[in-house]
Parts: sequence; C-alpha cells; structure tokens
Amino acid sequence: MSGPSTYNPKSGLEKWIDQRLPLPRLLHDTVHTFPTPRNLNIWYTFGGILTFCLGVQILTGIVLAMHYVANAGLAFNSVESIMRDVNYGWLIRYIHANGASMFFLAVYIHMFRGLYYGSYKAPRELIWILGVLIYLLMMATAFFGYVLPWGQMSFWGATVITNLFSAIPVIGGHIATWLWGDFAVGDATLNRFFSLHYLLPFIIAGVVGLHIWALHVPGNNNPLGIDVKSPQDTVPFHPYYTVKDAFYLCLFVLFFAAFVFYSPDFFGNPDNYIPANPLVTPPDIVPEWYLLPYYAMLRSIPDKLMGVIVMGGAIVTLFLIPWLDTSRVRSCRFRPLMKQFFWGFVVACVLLGYCGAQSVDAVKFGVPMVWVARIASIYYYAFFWLILPIVGLIETPKKLPASIAQSVLGDSAAAAAE
Amino acid sequence: MRKVLPLALLAGLLASTSAFAAEDTARRPVKDVTFSFEGPFGTYDRAALQRGFQVYKEVCATCHGLDHVAFHALNEEGGPGFSEAQAKAIAAGYKIPAEPNDKGELFNDQGVRLTRPGILADAFPNPFPNEQAARAGNGGKLPPDLSMITKARMGGAKYVYSILTGFHEQKPADFEVPEGAYFNPYFEGWAIGMPNTALGANAVTYSDGTKATIEQEAHDVSTFLEWAGEPKMEQRKSMGLSVLIFLVVLSGILFAAYRKIWKDAH
Repeated sequence: MSGPSTYNPKSGLEKWIDQRLPLPRLLHDTVHTFPTPRNLNIWYTFGGILTFCLGVQILTGIVLAMHYVANAGLAFNSVESIMRDVNYGWLIRYIHANGASMFFLAVYIHMFRGLYYGSYKAPRELIWILGVLIYLLMMATAFFGYVLPWGQMSFWGATVITNLFSAIPVIGGHIATWLWGDFAVGDATLNRFFSLHYLLPFIIAGVVGLHIWALHVPGNNNPLGIDVKSPQDTVPFHPYYTVKDAFYLCLFVLFFAAFVFYSPDFFGNPDNYIPANPLVTPPDIVPEWYLLPYYAMLRSIPDKLMGVIVMGGAIVTLFLIPWLDTSRVRSCRFRPLMKQFFWGFVVACVLLGYCGAQSVDAVKFGVPMVWVARIASIYYYAFFWLILPIVGLIETPKKLPASIAQSVLGDSAAAAAE
Repeated sequence: MRKVLPLALLAGLLASTSAFAAEDTARRPVKDVTFSFEGPFGTYDRAALQRGFQVYKEVCATCHGLDHVAFHALNEEGGPGFSEAQAKAIAAGYKIPAEPNDKGELFNDQGVRLTRPGILADAFPNPFPNEQAARAGNGGKLPPDLSMITKARMGGAKYVYSILTGFHEQKPADFEVPEGAYFNPYFEGWAIGMPNTALGANAVTYSDGTKATIEQEAHDVSTFLEWAGEPKMEQRKSMGLSVLIFLVVLSGILFAAYRKIWKDAH
C-alpha cells in the first residue's frame, strides 16, 4: 500500500479481475512484496500470532455457539453436554477457553514490544491507538465470554464488574440496571452478553483490518527504531517473514497445545465448575489472570468511585502514550535510562497481577499485598505521566546506526550492497 | 435486595481485612496420595474405576447425585470398561422418574411418582427430587452433585480423598464443632455437613478380593469421580501426544526453511 504497486497481472483472467476488483493486487502488495525491515526479531512475530489467535477463537466459537444454550437454567448443563456428548466438544471448548489466555499472553507481549521499541511514535500513532482499541474490545469480549458457562465465578464476576458502573454518581444505578436488563444479573444479562460475545470478535476483526492498513502506510518499525532509508534496509515480506512468522507461530501453537491437552483447566477457576448460585457468594471473586492487574488497582483504593476512576484511567492513559513520550529516539535499545524504567514497568504490571490474585487482606513475606498493589499502581501512572515525558527530555541517547543494512550486514557489506 | 447486594459485595471486597480469622480454620493442604491418571501419560486404573463405581453406587449415591454422567459412559472407551450388557444392567437397576403414561399420569393411585427402569441414554438419577428435599434430608445442608467434584475443588481427587479419610484427625481442643456438623480439617472451616460415618471400612464388599479399608475405598471412589468429571481424559492425552509430535516435526521443517531462506539475508 505504501509506494507504487508492483503487481503485474500475467494472464488475461488476472488482468480482467484486476480492472474490476483489484483484490489480487492488494494481496500481492501487502503480503507478498511488501518491503519489511530486515532486522525484525522474534518479538515482531506476535502480530501474525495474534491474527491466528483471533481466527481460532472465531472458528471454535462458532462451533460452540451451535451447541451452547444461552439460558440461565440451561447454560451450565449445555456446556457440560459439549464436554461429554458433542463429538470432540471437549477439544473445541478447551481450545476456546485456553485460546483466550493465549490471545492475551500474545497481546501483552505485542504491547510490551511496542512500548520497548517506541512503535507508537510518529508516524505510527494511529496504529498504536487502534491497537489499544482492539485490546479494550478483547477485554470486553473475554469478560462476556467468561460469563457464558454460568458457573459461580461467571455469575459473581459479572455481578462485581457490572456493579462497578453503579459507582458513577446519580446515574450509576440506572446504568447498571440497563446493563443487566433486570434488577440483578440474570437470564436477561446472560442473553445479551452472549449476543455481544458473538458480535464483538467481528468488530475486532474489522479494527484489526484498520490496524494492518495503518501499519502498511509507514511500514514496520524495527528494533533499531530508525527509518527505512534504502531498499537494502528491507526484504520482501514473502518469503522472508512468512517463513519466519510460520516458524514462531508453530512454536506458539506447541505451547498452546501443551495446555489444551495436558493442563486444560490450568487458567480456569475451580469455582466455575459449580453452577451459578445467586445466594452463595464465593469467598474470593477473582477475574481471569489477564484482568488481574486492573483488578488489583481497583481493590487497592478504599473508595469505590476512585477505584473505578483509577482503573479506567489506567486504560485511557494507554491511548495517550504517543503524546506523553517526548523522546526523539524510538527504541529503548539506544535509551539506557528509559530501558531501566521500562523493565520496572514490566515488574510493576506483574506485581499488580500477582496482587490481584490474592485475597484483599493477604500478607506475603510480612508485606500487606494491598500496599504492594498501591505502590505498583503509582508506578504504573508515574511511568506514563512523569517518566515518559521527563526522561525523554533529559536522557542522552546512544548514537544511532546510520542504517538498518549497516547495522545488520556490517559497514563493508552495506557499502558493497549499495 | 438490589441496593444491598452491591454494598455487601463491596464490603466483602474492600473491607474484609480482619472480619474473620481465616487462618485458624483454613483447610489443611490435601494429602499426598498418587493416582494412576496423573502426569502426561497417566490413564485410569480400570479396576479402581469399577471398585470406585461400586463405592459411589452403594455409599455416596444415598445422598449425592451424578447428574451429568450418563449410563452409556460406563461402556465408553477410557472409562470403567463395563460391557454394553453390564452398562444396560446397571442402568436397568435404577428407577427413573417416568414420562407421562398412556393416560397422561405421572403418579399412581396412591400419589407415588411413576418410575421406569433406566436405559443407557439416562443419566444417574438424583437421590432427591429437588434441592429442598435434599436439604430437608440432610439437616439443611445440600450434598453437592459429584459429576465435576474433582474439577470444582482445589486439589481435585486428592481433596476428595483427604476429605473422605480426614474425619478421624485429632480435633484441636479449642475448636467448637457446630450442631449437626462434623470435624474435618480438610474442609474449609473444618466443620462439614457430611457425617463422619458416611464411609467406613468394609462399607462395600469388593468382588475382586481387594480389602475394603477406608483408604482403599476413598482412593477408588476418588479415581471414579475424577473419571466422572473428565471422561475424555485418555482420549485427550493420547491425541495430545500425536499433536505435539506433529508440531515438533513441523517446527523442525519450518526452522530448516527459515534458515535456508534467510541464509544470505543477514
């Protein structure tokens, strides 16, 4: 899409189609000849992996929806019937359930990679913003999906999360009632969540299309964070990156399959094998692991409304990163100070996730976990609102290489290539 | 109710810091027993499944349902290995609430619910007609359905084993067992509704000559309940092995292709 098209229709049929619907031209230019920096490392394979994850979730989800019954009295039993009576139903459901975790694992790696190499910086702001939008849609989809088996954690997770809206002054209670379609989480809630759970993945697919479209205008960023200057800096996407992505995707699927076949309930909560019971509250209501950092932030603040604001702000902040970073250098590879703060941020996120999984009053190693969550939350905000703007101004970056080709091939080879 | 629920939840979430002394009666770690189905190559011990089925049928089924398990599963691959005839006979031994008869009746002249013998397509009938009846017969406590009990409890089959063999541990002197409950330190809160006489030694007579100690019975029924919750485990693990081997080979081929294509590019 960037630069003139190199598509050259050979047969009469190809010419005929090209003049009417240039779809082959689009595919040729985007996945075949698309010039891609030659120095992309393993962390750049997660874009393809994520597309694969979305496809797997949609395909397995469509089959599950054929057997699932969205009814508060029947949902739990219909899921068990998928596990026992539907041919390979256990396989499809375990792929779908573990697939959600794999999807989030991949998206977190993809996002941390974007942060580390400054992939959100000009001219790629919209790629990042569309990415955060996808992430937000993924969280909503995963939340709706987790409600569907109608186990104890489904029901109580839905109750806690929808009740967050009731923290909004004046209209909060009405919003919660509107979301439930009733005066509490019940059959009406389950039905609308199922409808939305089926709808959102297709919206995600649409935004993924925009994300890739926006990516193909400036082209990929790369670990050096410098612009592509000459054709020597790039290789065609096919076969170079199709084969590299395929190899790493295969390793990812291997990891994925190990959970599906040998520890399918690893990411699950035992309480969700107990049918939903509005009269019995589980001792600890815990969301799925990928939402734990936000859950820890929410719980670390003793005021409900403030907790909701802090949690929401943590996500809103992500949209603003392109303008919070003042550095002229993209990649942390050349930002010795920022690199340390970046790893601090990774640690803060992991700590928040850990705290989110503990009970509120947990004390580990003599430290109350709620204070760990508070400090990590402060670091989360400070990282984006203080460290990112200030370090960009005061840091002296290391010297950038002259070009990607020079960095990869060495001075002489690059010169010879030119 | 609608205003109270969010508030109660919030209180539970944010302020439960020292409401109860949770450490005191937190359930003990499960006993360290081993089962044949553990590990990537583990399978169900057929004899243990059949013995465990006997324990469920003759002891547990008095109070506990197995609502999600159908009789045909007893004869399916990866299960207890009963023949189809045996599974049919087992099913026929149960009375299933009958469908309306030719006159549209569900009850006989005495007002007793009509029943028919079970068939392979039926699931194990629940010992109680409804939750209220189950509670009424058990001092207000509801005996949980056992279909997924090993998946619905942290610790799985080991937890079930620990509960069944955990009634006779020394009770701390200062712990008061509430009325109608029994001391069991492997149960959260240490006071369980299930009587300590629920499963005793020689509660069943094994036809294969195995000595029916409490430990043996508990181990067998824990194996059976693991199967009841995860009847496709053997199929899953064996398919998993083929999938992993395929993926390792495919990764090798892709790696070779990757190396060859990139040979001159960096």
